[in-house]
Amino acid sequence: MTVTHDHTHAEHRQSFITRWIFSQDHKVIGIQYLMTSLLMAAIGGFLSMLIRMQLGFPTWNFYWAQWLFPGGFADFKMKPDFYPAVVTMHGTIMVFFVLTTALSGGFGNFLIPLTIGARDMAFPFLNMMSYWLYPPAIVILLISFLVTGGAAAAGWTAYPPLSALRNAVPGSLWGQTLWLVSLALLIVGFLFGSLNYITTVFNLRARGMTMSRLPLVTWAQFLTAILMLLSFPVLFAAVIMLLFDRHLGTSFFIPSGLVVGSQLVTHQGGNPILWQHLFWFLGHPEVYVLILPPMGIVSEILSNNSRKPIFGYTFMVGSLSAITFLSFLVWGHHMFTSGMHPLVGTAFMVTTLLIAVPSAIKVFNWLATLWRAQIRFTSAMLFAIGFVSLFVTGGLTGVFLASPAVDIYFQDTFFVVAHFHFVMASAALFGLFAGTYHWFPKMFGRMMNERLGKIHFWLTFVGIYATFYPMHFAGTAGMMRRIFSTTQYEFLRGLAGMNMFISVAAFGLGIAQLIFAYNFINSWIRGPKADRNPWKSNTLEWQTESPPPHGNWGAHEPTVHRWPYDYSVPGATDDFIPQTVPAVPAVSGAAVDESDGKPT
Amino acid sequence: MSNLSEHYSPATGRRLGLLIIIMVAIGGVLTTFWAKTRWWFPPVASRHGADVDQLITTTFIVTGFVFFFVNLALGIFVWRFAAAREERAIFWPDSRTLELSYTLVPTAILITLISMGAVTWARVHSPVPRNALRVEALGQQFAWTFRYAGPDGAFGRTAPRFVSRQNPRGMDQSDAAGRDDIIVSELRLPVNEPVVVLIRSSDVIHSFFLPNFRVKQDAVPGMTTQFWFTPTRRGNFELACAELCGVGHYIMRGRVVVDTKAAVDAWLADQSH
Repeated sequence: MTVTHDHTHAEHRQSFITRWIFSQDHKVIGIQYLMTSLLMAAIGGFLSMLIRMQLGFPTWNFYWAQWLFPGGFADFKMKPDFYPAVVTMHGTIMVFFVLTTALSGGFGNFLIPLTIGARDMAFPFLNMMSYWLYPPAIVILLISFLVTGGAAAAGWTAYPPLSALRNAVPGSLWGQTLWLVSLALLIVGFLFGSLNYITTVFNLRARGMTMSRLPLVTWAQFLTAILMLLSFPVLFAAVIMLLFDRHLGTSFFIPSGLVVGSQLVTHQGGNPILWQHLFWFLGHPEVYVLILPPMGIVSEILSNNSRKPIFGYTFMVGSLSAITFLSFLVWGHHMFTSGMHPLVGTAFMVTTLLIAVPSAIKVFNWLATLWRAQIRFTSAMLFAIGFVSLFVTGGLTGVFLASPAVDIYFQDTFFVVAHFHFVMASAALFGLFAGTYHWFPKMFGRMMNERLGKIHFWLTFVGIYATFYPMHFAGTAGMMRRIFSTTQYEFLRGLAGMNMFISVAAFGLGIAQLIFAYNFINSWIRGPKADRNPWKSNTLEWQTESPPPHGNWGAHEPTVHRWPYDYSVPGATDDFIPQTVPAVPAVSGAAVDESDGKPT
Repeated sequence: MSNLSEHYSPATGRRLGLLIIIMVAIGGVLTTFWAKTRWWFPPVASRHGADVDQLITTTFIVTGFVFFFVNLALGIFVWRFAAAREERAIFWPDSRTLELSYTLVPTAILITLISMGAVTWARVHSPVPRNALRVEALGQQFAWTFRYAGPDGAFGRTAPRFVSRQNPRGMDQSDAAGRDDIIVSELRLPVNEPVVVLIRSSDVIHSFFLPNFRVKQDAVPGMTTQFWFTPTRRGNFELACAELCGVGHYIMRGRVVVDTKAAVDAWLADQSH
């Protein structure tokens, strides 16, 4: 261990600033990441309300919105040039600044050392640096609402030349530059983090914690870190190249012979498709960066609250690994209509549909985990079950989009919007909620209010389906993404009523999140004290105090004797056996194989 | 100190199970049938579009079954296995047979879908018929214009170095083949005749989207993409831009008229005067 016993007592000498602000403690950093992400979620969620206002009630007057965004509204109605900026910022914030940071930065930081029995991350200083690149990135991103031309407006995918040429769209004036700088900072933070996670999992596991005893939540974080480490540098390079194109006169992405805003463009010889390849080489692994950690979180919570071992641990690890590998080979399915050679499309269809196999294995394993369980309905469990339903619903529409001939029609329609809001956005959000309800006692030493948690679940689960399910039909009717208004097209005439319904559902969904915010803050301040192991869980983080002290384990680091899923072992006195319990004494009657802790 | 017994609630299991079964499994299927009567694909008007629709229908049926039964199973399990406090869950960590079966069955289904998809995709992108009418579509913020080859049947040469504000296509004025080229703001196509649209952009990326014809192909500056299809119905149709292209993305609408070959030829002759 790199962190010695003496270090654990160092906390008494720490000032407020080194303890809570520039902290090198993985738990504090994880909580910082989580709280900052939740604040960003409020902003990103608010932007989605603006989107729904415009699509559902385009003729209404929104006085307060004009007061809030004097540049974005005129006559109390949204201006067409503000809409793409709102859409762009909503997507960017939610994908990079909420889900990635909360699930990987927040839960990854908090859980990895605790679940493997380490005292901290391998590189605590690097870990602190990783977090402290995030607030400046936020400031730079949000300031872009105030600069000339407003925030970036080329979509979260930032396709050049729209994002490269300053007069192509108002947001390309200065907002896009800030967007790129902000993203570059954030990416560096992600790389610091992921490097740290991988090293920590390899080197700092407690005695007895073999890789085959690693909880699935840790496996998921470990594989996510590999994904991030290998894919984010590609986006980083692309971001720098686009900055060069914008400000230093290079032409990576801008071809010859363009006329934009009545001006001849002087760039020559670039290719806009290159950006798409680079962007999606990150962009697709990125959606798995968002969904692998929830898969791990949900596996943990389902098993714990079913009082059963997770079904098919080996296949679960195998399918996580298969998804990690395959996710690097599917990026082209975002580009079926971009003008790639059709044969390339066929190849990407094959890899994309293949990635559905490990996803299916996971779903069936979760179902099998519930089979003949004794289900406890904690708020975390409700969200975990909701996750499975959302993931199935969203995953299946992926089968349409994976097939290029079908994708010809659906590409860039609301069908895609519905698809990813189920499979990646809502499902990941459910993973985030489930994880928060589950690990809140360990993070803050207090219990969340379960009654409010359940109300939050019912409203959110119904709200998500009411909001996003109808979007499939908007997509089948042909409604394009990112359009300010549907009134220009005859074939979209019939959608006004549906869009109004979706907006009302979305507002309800948004308001329901206030319950969570209240519950979170209120429980943090005055929730009932949590004991060490309120959910009767096996994994290591529950065997120390809530919240764990600096250095996590007191004087002695834990020794691991078994896998994390010994729930309801026949003959055992309790229906759970923590990983720290030696194999023999806890189990009477069942013979136990010492190597994996399962009964033979 | 928490009280875990409050979470052992068969009533919650019933409620959640029923919600998943009624709202998701049954509700999801029924609303889809309902949507079919109100918000569905615009009527198909191209030959390959019928193939694409067939593939979409098949995919709807396959995924619909999986959607219904998996959500149904989830609902039933949640209802059925809500805890009764005195009992203990079974210890069932693994079953290779079960896992292999739900690895291999989805694989088989997906391979079937891959094969069907590959066939349709190959048909959509089969070689352009030699007799196909050639039209060039140019996307610009925020309108589409079209170029027909004119009586000589050949497009005039274009190159980036000729591009100017007045000449966004970059047409070479010295090329005789370009003199009779016809540039118009709507697309007229003969019914039941193959057409290949050569798609270009002179500023940012647009996407050439003909909902009724099941055609979508990006207009990428610096390159020419193409899509060939055969309109099968006469009438007026809409052309949309499907890729975010700036402030006016939502108004980048075009008009497509499909008529008899004679009528289209007559119209073209009119335009070249």
